[in-house]
Amino acid sequence: MKYVNKIRPSVDGKGLMMGKPGYTDDLADINSLIVKVLRSPYPYAKILKINKEKAEKLDGVECVLTHKDFKRIPMTRAGQGYPEPSPHDKFILDDHVRHIGDEVAAVAAADNETADKALALLEVEYEVLEPVLNYENAYENKIIIHPEPEIHEMFPIGFEPKKNVAAAYMMNVGDVSKTLKECDVVIEESFYTQAQAHVMMEPHTANARIDFQGRLVIYSSTQTPFHVRRILSQTMEYPLSKIRVIKPRIGGGYGGKQCLHGEFLVAAVTLRTGKPSKIVYTRKEVFESTFSRHPMRFDIKLGAMKDGTLKGIDVEVLSDTGAYGEHALTVFMVAGSKVFPLYNKVDSVRFGGKVVYTNHTPAGAFRGYGAIQGNYALESAVDMLCEKLGIDPIEFRNKNMIKEGETSPIFAIMGEGTEGTAMNMESCKLEYCVKRGTELIGWNEKYPKKVMADGKIRSVGMAIAMQGSGIPYIDMGSAMIKLNDDGFFNLMVGATELGQGSDTILGQIAAESLGVDPDKVIIYSSDSDLTPFDTGAYASSTTYVSGNAVKRTADKMREMIIEEGAKALGTPVSETDFDGSSIKSNGKKITLSELSNRLYYSEDQKQLVAVESYVGTKSPPPFMAGFVEIEVDPGTGKIELIDYAAVVDCGTTINPALARVQVEGGLVQGIGMAIYEDVVYSSSGGLITNNMMNYRIPTRKEITNMHVEFADSFEPSGPYGAKSVGEIGIDTPPAAIANALYNAVGVRIQELPITPEKVLMGIIKQKDKE
Amino acid sequence: MKIDSYLKAESIEEAYKVLKENKDAVIIAGGAWLKLMPKTIGIAIDLKNLGLDEIIETDNEVVLGCMSTLRQIEKCKPLQELYDGIVSLSASSIMGITVRNIATIGGTIAGKYGFSDILPVLMAVDAELNFYKRGRVKLSEFMEEKRFAEDILTHIYIKKATSRGWFETMKNTAIDFPILNSAITKSSEGFRIVIGSRPYKAVKALKSMEFINDCKAPGADEIAQAADIAVDEIKFGKNQRGSEEYRKELCRTFVKRGLMAVIS
Amino acid sequence: MKTKINVNGTMKTFEVKPDEYLLDTLKNSGYVSVRRGCDTTSCGVCTVLLDGNPIASCSYLSCRADEHSVTTVEGIPEDAALIADFFGHEGADQCGYCNPSMALTLYAMKRELKNPSDDEIRTYLVGNLCRCSGYVAQHRAIRAYLEVE
Repeated sequence: MKYVNKIRPSVDGKGLMMGKPGYTDDLADINSLIVKVLRSPYPYAKILKINKEKAEKLDGVECVLTHKDFKRIPMTRAGQGYPEPSPHDKFILDDHVRHIGDEVAAVAAADNETADKALALLEVEYEVLEPVLNYENAYENKIIIHPEPEIHEMFPIGFEPKKNVAAAYMMNVGDVSKTLKECDVVIEESFYTQAQAHVMMEPHTANARIDFQGRLVIYSSTQTPFHVRRILSQTMEYPLSKIRVIKPRIGGGYGGKQCLHGEFLVAAVTLRTGKPSKIVYTRKEVFESTFSRHPMRFDIKLGAMKDGTLKGIDVEVLSDTGAYGEHALTVFMVAGSKVFPLYNKVDSVRFGGKVVYTNHTPAGAFRGYGAIQGNYALESAVDMLCEKLGIDPIEFRNKNMIKEGETSPIFAIMGEGTEGTAMNMESCKLEYCVKRGTELIGWNEKYPKKVMADGKIRSVGMAIAMQGSGIPYIDMGSAMIKLNDDGFFNLMVGATELGQGSDTILGQIAAESLGVDPDKVIIYSSDSDLTPFDTGAYASSTTYVSGNAVKRTADKMREMIIEEGAKALGTPVSETDFDGSSIKSNGKKITLSELSNRLYYSEDQKQLVAVESYVGTKSPPPFMAGFVEIEVDPGTGKIELIDYAAVVDCGTTINPALARVQVEGGLVQGIGMAIYEDVVYSSSGGLITNNMMNYRIPTRKEITNMHVEFADSFEPSGPYGAKSVGEIGIDTPPAAIANALYNAVGVRIQELPITPEKVLMGIIKQKDKE
Repeated sequence: MKIDSYLKAESIEEAYKVLKENKDAVIIAGGAWLKLMPKTIGIAIDLKNLGLDEIIETDNEVVLGCMSTLRQIEKCKPLQELYDGIVSLSASSIMGITVRNIATIGGTIAGKYGFSDILPVLMAVDAELNFYKRGRVKLSEFMEEKRFAEDILTHIYIKKATSRGWFETMKNTAIDFPILNSAITKSSEGFRIVIGSRPYKAVKALKSMEFINDCKAPGADEIAQAADIAVDEIKFGKNQRGSEEYRKELCRTFVKRGLMAVIS
Repeated sequence: MKTKINVNGTMKTFEVKPDEYLLDTLKNSGYVSVRRGCDTTSCGVCTVLLDGNPIASCSYLSCRADEHSVTTVEGIPEDAALIADFFGHEGADQCGYCNPSMALTLYAMKRELKNPSDDEIRTYLVGNLCRCSGYVAQHRAIRAYLEVE
């Protein structure tokens, strides 16, 4: 392959490094009204009265919006395909507020200072209600967070708001109670994962303007521009054809921008005033008023025989979706569907539970999307089971984990919100990943631990993981390629570049199919008017789904070039070929440049355009094995990361450098969740961690060594053998580190994050016991 | 935080006069943390350009101007050597250089911040302060004072002594605020043990110091005992970063390690 | 009030409020590469060079910058292009939002530190957070940049 599986710098890195405007706020109309939001100071309250007179009278204020200004249409902000698997349980502005930071009212003014003054002039009378602040008390609590009659699910997802349930799910293979009774060894444990904030460097922002055709044009830092357009149209009852959504460059998303945020309010302000408007979230608003990861409790039972055969898995999960149910069901299901197939040879599996409402900041999509939570519970439990069995943890995994050619019944049962799709693992190099990771970390020399001269303890731990490549039969991507004079191409895709490099790798795929240098393929993405549809950057769909669409389109364009070239040469198509620069046949040739000029200006003039789509019929999982070496200070509990070795099977890496950094970046976010990050509320329901002084992500001092390698693998259904790689990197660190910690000091942490305090107090408690 | 007007003082006399005559006047130091203050500042007085950003080495002391930045202190050669380099080391552990190039030692001291990494070290090396009107006062004395009459901190003095030093700070990530920190020195005058970020401001572990200073040749047992005494005598609290119990155990570890290090 | 700042080699006069921060003064004058990330001096994305030293522009009052020089990434085009090449080769640029601030800090670091160790590099850059790349790819790129004379 000439252009695929090759390192190429991204198409836009240099321009952005050098300061060229490219992000949403860079492109806001300079005359934009500033939109600011009055946010709830209470976790749960009814708005009895809003007096906006004084604010409206302030010089420079153009518009003040309250719930009275909107028709009461419930929607979901979740950026998902239609009909969404998330409940329609939110209004643009409502007469109830359900978390600290929830929208109360909005103002639009000429500048920041006036907008702030206007907010201060709003007079709101609240009836403060008692909130539900603990998700373990939410189910059937007498306090009902969503009593509104208008809200609904789009299809059955187990939505029972009167019981504070946003979604529920249960699946069964075999009879797990019976299986466990027959096992030699059973363990029963509970694990808690915390909420995690995305902390993308660019806060959420959107702007709106009316263009000279009288259409509403929205620029948004969003992962799902097409879903934004549809949801705006439906919720505001504004014709879809009069809305254009453009996604410029995004300063990080990781799922945090897979939901609508400020688009409603700028659209409303611009439609009412006729003037351009913009909203830029403060960091505090990003923490309090966007989304974070679903915290979950896992109650897990594993049963095995003496010989180390895993027989049964029984898992009950409780998930906290916060004030609104975006992504409630789908994240929940992924906690099962992209975790438990790892051990596919069990006799029985049961997975189920509920997603409950609380008066917390809403939970939403975040890289891993349930799989990281499930992985922590399962891979920790497996190590605990191995200890009880007296079996080496690597030997156990090799014996029980899924291998190439195999399948799991879970694939057929569990999709993402709906039924799943059966599939065999046509590419699965998990065995190699485990073997190679063992070598890279030096497992045999280091397992389980070594006490250093200064009293610190070094140890190793590991975990295996899987994810998916798009949602079969739901996620659709498409691409358009047009041939220009001088023989270069425009590639238009709906696929959303959010920094992961999709523009670059999709260009490489097109170049490979066409046989031309990627410099000749100019890519433009994510404009609802100019680019064809794509569901958006989520569910690890871009490389696999959008990539397949691009390949099909480029293959088609290639055919069209040969056809037109054959006409120009007067040769039969079957004897004509295109080598990337010329169309040749039996000694005759015409260069692509000459052909393209001919097609524009001289003969048989036509515009060559190819457009193709792709919907996956399966979701081939990328796999990985993660191995960590840590050093524990028994005097302070501090864990230092010595090394992390990750071996990934994502099929072909379209761009090895970009694939590697997807894994490295994911690993560090997973390490953050494992050790450093925690979303913490005060007893009155307000976020203590609502700024970056209190919410800490890993810095470069915490991350010294990482070794990421890719297995030699090929997925036949993927473009040039590729599977997706966007999420897999994040899944292993919590379990790998928890396992390494246990190997070091015999302390098992079952509640994330694994803080030095928990480690030290665990060590002391153990010493006291002895 | 709002500022109504800004004044670049032409002299320290002028700065003092404006400060005294205007209730809403404030000396702004580096200004790194200003925007976290909720109030309105009537007149923000800047001491820039008064030569107070210099670090001068004399025969007996290193003199820090109040406007010298934490970065200057970190890079100061004499401070990289004195007391096993703990003054420089503690400065370098504070956040990142984009903040240390702005934050001044004067602002840090005036704030008496509990989360400071450098204040415990300055107490452990028995630093002295100079105020415009009041003159010289020991830092440890100033830290205990409740009232603060209008005055301007101009210089900080660090004695050049032959002395061992140890500094340790426990943080979540490298640029976070400390959960606990500790500075321990051993000079001809004896041991000095300071514990900071309790989360309250730094204090000397007086009883522990008394104990260890009385020991003729302290070994592992005496050191462990000194650590236990420090844990018992000092008040710790809890916040989002850590519990009281954890801070106690950290204190125990720090004092043990610090004493071991300065004795060896 | 007026403040005179030499921005990228050109003397400029800005009309600023006493409580206006350098970040806003620069952004409002069209320097889009200077970004707001956090409001609490915690992220590094607003970094500019003040007299060659990296500072958090979100926490430096514009009036204090009077008679000083400020450099944004537009003022170091050759080094920024070079750094971009090395980042691009490693795939370390990712979303790009932190990149201009990284380029400025690296530019200052290369001139301030001679033969830094890995730890010294990490320490110098610790206040410049990145959420996308996981840091190690940036580190590889930085090593390559430091090799260039």
